[in-house]
Amino acid sequence: MSLLNQLLRSLGLSVALLSAGTAFAVDITGAGATFPYPIYAKWAEAYKAQTGAGMNYQSIGSGGGIKQIQAKTVDFGATDAPMNPNELALAGLTQFPAVIGGVVPVVNIPGVAPGQLKLDSKVLADIFMGKITKWNDPRIAADNAGVALPDQSIFVVHRADGSGTTFIFTTYLSQVSLEWKRSVGGDKAVAWPVGMGGKGNEGVASYVQRSKNSIGYVEYAYALQNKMTFTQLKNRDGQYVSPNDSSFKAAAANAKWDADKGFYEILTNEPGKDSWPITGATFILIHKSQEKVENAKEVLKFFDWAFVNGDKLAADLDYVPLPANLKTMIRDSWKAQVKDTSGKALWK
Amino acid sequence: MPTFLQEASHKRQALLDILFRNLTRLAAFTVLALLGAIIASLIVGSMPAIHAFGFGFITSSEWNPVTDQYGAWIPIVGTLITSGIALLIAIPVSFGIAVFLTELSPRWLRRPLGIAVELLAGIPSIIYGMWGLFVFAPLFADHVEPWLNDHIGTWPLLGPFFSGPPMGIGMLTAGIILSIMVIPFIASVMRDVFDVVPPMLKESAYGLGATTWEVMRNVVLPYTKIGVVGGIMLGLGRALGETMAVTFVIGNAHELNKSLLMPGNSISSALANEFTEAVGELYTSSLIELGLILFFITFVVLSLARLMLFKLAKSEGRGA
Repeated sequence: MSLLNQLLRSLGLSVALLSAGTAFAVDITGAGATFPYPIYAKWAEAYKAQTGAGMNYQSIGSGGGIKQIQAKTVDFGATDAPMNPNELALAGLTQFPAVIGGVVPVVNIPGVAPGQLKLDSKVLADIFMGKITKWNDPRIAADNAGVALPDQSIFVVHRADGSGTTFIFTTYLSQVSLEWKRSVGGDKAVAWPVGMGGKGNEGVASYVQRSKNSIGYVEYAYALQNKMTFTQLKNRDGQYVSPNDSSFKAAAANAKWDADKGFYEILTNEPGKDSWPITGATFILIHKSQEKVENAKEVLKFFDWAFVNGDKLAADLDYVPLPANLKTMIRDSWKAQVKDTSGKALWK
Repeated sequence: MPTFLQEASHKRQALLDILFRNLTRLAAFTVLALLGAIIASLIVGSMPAIHAFGFGFITSSEWNPVTDQYGAWIPIVGTLITSGIALLIAIPVSFGIAVFLTELSPRWLRRPLGIAVELLAGIPSIIYGMWGLFVFAPLFADHVEPWLNDHIGTWPLLGPFFSGPPMGIGMLTAGIILSIMVIPFIASVMRDVFDVVPPMLKESAYGLGATTWEVMRNVVLPYTKIGVVGGIMLGLGRALGETMAVTFVIGNAHELNKSLLMPGNSISSALANEFTEAVGELYTSSLIELGLILFFITFVVLSLARLMLFKLAKSEGRGA
């Protein structure tokens, strides 16, 4: 049960917090997205053990994270949907990705094994539009010779709560289907044409696992840990790919990261024959002009430590670490962007 | 004791009296002030949505965070329907529990049963939600909903309300879970008020040859109706505002369906789902306005209950 996992993790975090009082180093606080919470908590625990400095992360949701960092009540904010360059400039923030994850469609069709069903991007969009309503629709069957598809209605499940997962998923659908873009759009919560909403990944997962002939979408780590029946997807290069470490990495490697735009990059529908099409990074937000210099330095130190030492921990939790060249770009962006009030760079 | 000393002590007591009265008054007025402050902040928070959508907010069934169009009709209907279903089931069951506990149950069984009912009231709502999602909904989908579809679903008038794909999640499930949650509240209030009926009244009726039902109907209920209606209102209040349990089983779809087997949404579950990730002034403010509407619904329900009791009392006066 991931609920139990999360509970244990948060217990670990609070224990770390309790003992934090005795440390001499500055403790930092962050708030925001729930998707990367397990890995941030894990990094914080390991970092604390090595350096004695604590990191307190509250997973209150991306929207909350943005509000909190703007109000300067935390040292860094975290969001799954990147803020665009204009918003960043307006708020005086700089942004960088921390870790990569993927969203995968999951199905529950009797007789269909994980990774067996192949879905074209347009077919996926039309299923969530409510235009393809039966599993044995010729458009699904065309790519799935040999798979026994039942003559049953498709039962669509989506997230009920606003979430970064939904942002990544609907952004992808908007990219591959003009009709989706026009009538629904991509956001953290959308007006779903069909289906019912589950609360959180666990809500969607339990609806899908329980209802025959259903389809939903969850974070990759979640699908993996719960042994759900994920599908293959046709990517931009027309290749069918399975969701895994290497297909996420391929998508991240093919992205055009740009520090000047606050690394504003949604990793969906990336080119490359191995790229998983629904990939997304989760982002960290910090103020460009820092009043609390010590805290800001500590935030940068923490993420630098995580980039150097945290890849294994991330992989253990089924996140994908950032590529090495991207990490270098991020460190360079700290040098250029994050300064104290007198304009002196905080990262050397 | 000399008189001047007596007077002094009287004065001191009078002073203490005044102090005490003012302290209690302060405590009482704090409640009013808090209520006022909550209403005020809800109104201020929902101002942007009120400006943008006006009265149409209540009647519009559009809810689209992408285009920033919001309407409250679907959650309002969902809240009222699920609470209605809950009461429809909970009132007769609670009445049965209370009658059995006060009139029919053997003495040794009363205490354990009473404690069980009270324990039911103490279970956190998230437990009901998870139980509803993982245990009740699958059973409901496999065994009850197909039956409803085949039998009631074919009826001419009621049929459409009970036909639809058996998913186990939806308005009816939410209503049933809610009814289980409010039964202990209603039942324990009913039991308490039935217990205070003077034995003399009941015994007189029994002495005249009345059956248990006749005693309940003609002696106990008239004597306790204020308490009974109060208990029902307490239950309704909980049903209207219940969040977690409903979120788990209602299906959270912004859709209006004739069928009770289809997913819907309620005000409190829309708030719980969407508040954390709501970005943008209009979105947040629309959610706050939803909260304001829920506040208003609860207020109207309670006022109606008061009014009903008042009318009952009046007609009784005329009858006598």
